[in-house]
Amino acid sequence: MPQPIRITVNGAPREFATAPTVAQFLDEMNLAGRRLAVERNGEIVPRSLFPEQRLAEGDTIEVVVAVGGG
Amino acid sequence: MAGEALVIAGKAYDSRLLVGTGKYRDFDETRRAIDASGARIVTVAIRRTNIGQKAGEPNLLDVLPPDLFTILPNTAGCYTADDAVRTLRLARELLDGHALVKLEVLGDPKTLFPHMPETLVAAKQLVAEGFQVMAYCSDDPIMALQLEELGCVAVMPLASLIGSGMGILNPWNLQIIIDRAKVPVLVDAGIGTASDAAIAMELGCDGVLMNTAIAQARDPVRMARAMKLAVEAGRESFLAGRMPRKPYEASPSSPESGLIRKSA
Repeated sequence: MPQPIRITVNGAPREFATAPTVAQFLDEMNLAGRRLAVERNGEIVPRSLFPEQRLAEGDTIEVVVAVGGG
Repeated sequence: MAGEALVIAGKAYDSRLLVGTGKYRDFDETRRAIDASGARIVTVAIRRTNIGQKAGEPNLLDVLPPDLFTILPNTAGCYTADDAVRTLRLARELLDGHALVKLEVLGDPKTLFPHMPETLVAAKQLVAEGFQVMAYCSDDPIMALQLEELGCVAVMPLASLIGSGMGILNPWNLQIIIDRAKVPVLVDAGIGTASDAAIAMELGCDGVLMNTAIAQARDPVRMARAMKLAVEAGRESFLAGRMPRKPYEASPSSPESGLIRKSA
């Protein structure tokens, strides 16, 4: 029986009915296919691992992009 | 500037002007200004993405193709070495393993003055992780040389406070850094107008990095061109070697003989 999980994404709480992979998570957040980078609990998640790495209860996720800056 | 490239970490760039991408009206203006500047190295910031944005929303990296520009991710807004290192690890992943980065660790939100002890800690860690670090720093020659010793590929002392447009406040300190450093010295922050950039280059800087002076000009694209010309003019002037100053002693440029005179 899949358990719902609560995680923190860019500082805000989120709930998922079942633990998604990083790829599924990005899809659900409408971020699939974008130029971005993901950090999970302080560690980089390489893009190649998006389809296999599964999020877990209590994870802290950061999703970043490049923006204008000096 | 044929045959006179700026070399950073072994790579040659045919412009000595580096520009930021912040504070523009939109990406179209960003790109037009960058094109007018002739810059090859372009800074970007790394930030949390908006969750729930519309698909197809434009992305800054889409207007900066990597075959035309070297993207220089910065750590603007970081106040600790840990945050800066974390940010650049994300940047490296975002930019497919790209190693050239701009390190800046700030010490105070009002002045955005660099926090040099944290900058040194971050630089050491980043160099150990294989990053090529261009470090924003105070105009203290001891600090700049420490960064060089830690393995930074360029040191980037401020001309004046970030976004202040106050120009070069301490050319003498910059001169000491330029004279002593073996890695490229780029003036970063504080340039207000084209003459500031020319002065920096005349001092012998290897390059100039600016954002606000272009983005917040009344006509950013035109100012970008002015900056390109100023950096080129300043560099040429430096290489040409200025005439000696002769205080209190004029020297006419026209012949002193052969003047017409009222007949005696």
